[in-house]
Amino acid sequence: MNQDQITELVKRTLYEVAPDLATEPLDPKARFSVQFEFDSMDFLKFVTGLHMATGLALPEKDYPHLASLELAVKYLAEKLPA
Amino acid sequence: MTAFRMPSLGADMDEGTLTEWLKQPGDNLKRGDIIAVVETQKGAIEIEVFHDGVLETIHVKTGTRVPVGQVLATIRTAKEPESIQAVVPQPAPKPPVIIPEAPGLKVTPAARIRARERGVDIQSISPGQDGIIGLKELEGLSQPAQSRSGHGINLDEMRKAIAAAMARSKREIPHYYVGSIIDMTAMVEWLATENARRAVADRILAAVPIIKACALGLKQVPELNGHFLNDHLMRIAEVKLGIGIAMRGGGLIAPALSIPDTLSLAQTMQQLSDLVARVRGGRLRSSELTNATATLSNLGDGSADMVLPVIYPPQVAIIGVGQIEDRPWVVNGALAVRKLATFTVAGDHRANDGRSAARFLRYLAEIFQKPETL
Repeated sequence: MNQDQITELVKRTLYEVAPDLATEPLDPKARFSVQFEFDSMDFLKFVTGLHMATGLALPEKDYPHLASLELAVKYLAEKLPA
Repeated sequence: MTAFRMPSLGADMDEGTLTEWLKQPGDNLKRGDIIAVVETQKGAIEIEVFHDGVLETIHVKTGTRVPVGQVLATIRTAKEPESIQAVVPQPAPKPPVIIPEAPGLKVTPAARIRARERGVDIQSISPGQDGIIGLKELEGLSQPAQSRSGHGINLDEMRKAIAAAMARSKREIPHYYVGSIIDMTAMVEWLATENARRAVADRILAAVPIIKACALGLKQVPELNGHFLNDHLMRIAEVKLGIGIAMRGGGLIAPALSIPDTLSLAQTMQQLSDLVARVRGGRLRSSELTNATATLSNLGDGSADMVLPVIYPPQVAIIGVGQIEDRPWVVNGALAVRKLATFTVAGDHRANDGRSAARFLRYLAEIFQKPETL
């Protein structure tokens, strides 16, 4: 997957977890917890969605690498074959 | 025959708009069946029946705004009807709220209903060229700016509901507050090991062992678990723990999670996940809004260290939990870095004392050292 496809995947997963955010502006650098008031349940559903889409294990210790759009895209780009 | 009335859905709600009948005259009803959907300040709520029987007559059309206590339907009960009053306290019916309009303002009935549904003040709308406010004039309006939560929940209305309940709480309930810092290291480490073994979808949030521990604690200290009604504490044997769930954009709801003290952590996680999903996007059930016997306000990661919460009437206690953070702590006479959280209990002094809350907190402090027993 290339960078654009991964970005699309992350956004799609985000909006599946929180459809009400689909029309909100998305700051790629801001943490979901800050810009969207994501709580631990939202975040777990987001991670679960990424896991379903990619098959990656996404262990809890890597959660900080998934905290914003930019971080998540970078992390997934390293893990997924190009 | 039993009159099925508009139930009170908490201390903060005195009316709702009937949006859907899910049962029709002649349908068989079982206790717990969902009979109708009512739009409230807390979103769409599924209304459950408390009797077995047959739906005889429907008295209220969809789209009608109904005060709490008004008869919605008549039910022919199978056996001696159990009084609905035993389940939900019924205040006297109030007259419907009539919003005065400016003299000479012409509004079509459909526009009036739509405006009510949307929580729009009809007087804030400019009439069309014919001087009449119709659906067309309403269509031009964007949703109120605060309604970011979507899903039909008007956050302004929800704020009013919170204001009503919390003002009543502060007016009527003599709160006391007791707190303890609890070492959560063993629990956090145990949960990390447990979650490392689990697939992503089966992982358990830290809130779950906290919910279970609180439910077990309430069983140990039953004077914190119940309702204050008619100047008395009515203890309730089962624990139904209200869980404070925040809405994006503001506001919160605390629906009840049933008997988490008897469930495994995996089961509790599933229930919590379902409850959050229905708070955010779907529908809560009427019983979930009225049954809670105590409430948990868990601030969660990246929030704040301590909360002194306000009791949700008619409950008699609310538990507050701050974020879990690395802090210096004394272990066996030496300083160590541990994962700590501040737990607080706000109690109703008419129903219980700080000593009960302290006993509850000591129980929590102990059980979090043995997380595998949860």
